[in-house]
Amino acid sequence: MKSGIYFSLFTSHYKTMTTFLTAPRLTAGVTHEPAAPVLELRGISVVYTQTGGGPRGLALEDVSLEVETGERVAVIGPNGAGKSTLLKLVAGMLKPTNGQVNVYGRASHEHICIGYAPQRNQIDWSFPVTVMDVVMMGRAGKIGLLRWPRRRDWELARHSLERVHALHLADKQIGELSGGQQQRVFIARALAQEAELLLMDEPLAGLDIPGQEQIFEILDALRQDKVTILLATHDLNLAAERFDRALLLNRKVVAYGLPTAVLSPANLLAAYGGHAHMIKMDDQTMLLADTCCDHGETG
Amino acid sequence: MDIWTWLSEPLAFGFIARGMMAAAVVGVVCSVLGSYVVLRGMAFFGDALAHAILPGVVVAFLWGWPLLVGALIMGVLTAVGIGALSSRGTFKEDTAIGVIFAGTFALGVAMLSTRGNYTIDLAHFLFGNLLGVSAADLRATAGIAAVILLIVFLFYKEFMIVSFDPILAATLRLPATFLRYLLLILIAVTIVVSLQAVGIALVVAMLVTPAAAAYLLTRRLPAMMLIAAAIGAFSGVAGVYVSYYWNIAAGPAVVLTATAVFLLVFIVAPGRGLLAQHWPLAPKRG
Repeated sequence: MKSGIYFSLFTSHYKTMTTFLTAPRLTAGVTHEPAAPVLELRGISVVYTQTGGGPRGLALEDVSLEVETGERVAVIGPNGAGKSTLLKLVAGMLKPTNGQVNVYGRASHEHICIGYAPQRNQIDWSFPVTVMDVVMMGRAGKIGLLRWPRRRDWELARHSLERVHALHLADKQIGELSGGQQQRVFIARALAQEAELLLMDEPLAGLDIPGQEQIFEILDALRQDKVTILLATHDLNLAAERFDRALLLNRKVVAYGLPTAVLSPANLLAAYGGHAHMIKMDDQTMLLADTCCDHGETG
Repeated sequence: MDIWTWLSEPLAFGFIARGMMAAAVVGVVCSVLGSYVVLRGMAFFGDALAHAILPGVVVAFLWGWPLLVGALIMGVLTAVGIGALSSRGTFKEDTAIGVIFAGTFALGVAMLSTRGNYTIDLAHFLFGNLLGVSAADLRATAGIAAVILLIVFLFYKEFMIVSFDPILAATLRLPATFLRYLLLILIAVTIVVSLQAVGIALVVAMLVTPAAAAYLLTRRLPAMMLIAAAIGAFSGVAGVYVSYYWNIAAGPAVVLTATAVFLLVFIVAPGRGLLAQHWPLAPKRG
């Protein structure tokens, strides 16, 4: 691997030179309280201000919930419901206006164990990085400032790619991948990061059925490692069938719990309002809801 | 005249040899930093920063300081100022840049105009004075360039992450604000050391053009930086020959050489070039 040589050539020189420069506190992350839930939101609200001093609005209001270790939670709700805001909040890249976000009992912005797979339109796919480069980015927190990847980092990155069946893509530029492959690479990056909480923003949008299946196979395998997953989606069927919990969001928590209970017609009407179209069939209610999302949704 | 005489004749003049070395150094350091400028879409920022440095240069010139000092102070101040103004989100970034850019540039010209006959000095600031590079200038340029390249090397993976995926940078708790300002300051300093070579009005070309050509030739960031640096260095050296033999001002000659290389790459680059896009050798997959 070309990049391997490029990095390792310089590793040994810098080890001695940079040891005293590196501040371990910046990158080490905090310890976990094993008794605390993996994720706990208490009374969260987020106020945003528009560019140009436009009207202020509430992106999230009084959101409180707990997620248990190893659970897979579908985050659903109409466009602008605050799904992306919620994920960014949990990732710790956005501070709540009120309330507290705790991961394993500590403020989320202190952790480096939170993986984030961004929405497709937030990535510049023509950026000159390979799949291996992207996965190795996940190691940056553990490697530390001013240091270069070591053998263990390369092994972990390769192993992470293996787990998402993408090792053969390692040398490809990321723009050459299919949508499903791109999502798998971002999962691999979270694995390389040794993430215990994985946040995924619309990873299923635009994927065909086999592509979605492959993602779920990988997520199923992650369940054995107790990786907790929050996944924003517009697909209510998948939310009902493939998740332990569903969080129905429309700035406030409309409902949170078992998907079958959450996805009741009354809840969906409350969340989607005029955008929901119910079709009553024999013993079922079918919901035709929701426009999809590839157009830069920011809510 | 054989090729060796052709190549060696201008080098007999010390000031031309110095200018050539300065142009090559500037070509390398501009192109490496320019890779980030191209990938992050900061070409306008770079151009504005160059123009905004003028008041610093003029004050140093009028008070008899080294020009580099005035330019450095003004460059860093402007980089931080634009960074702060645009991160508050009151204006879109290009609006903030436009306001500062034109205002400071006008201030610089106004201050210089108090000296009466100022057109020659202004021309040197705008388009560079490559053949006026002294031995001390060359040493300072090379020294600062080495420091810039060392910092880019040390923060390679952090700059790549911050440029590619700011959300990842946040979840890894990288010091994103520090890195952003560090990059802005590095770009400012790069512009400052390039002023004598190509001048305020043309420095953006050295930042953007070689890196843009390299972008068409590779899909790896380290390779992009190396190719851009090679194009930048070549443009610096070849530009001085063009200047000598065709009797063209040196700064513009260097920039025109880089532009010619870019156009050539833009047409013939495999895969992404004009020819490859319109007449692919192999049928496109999918």
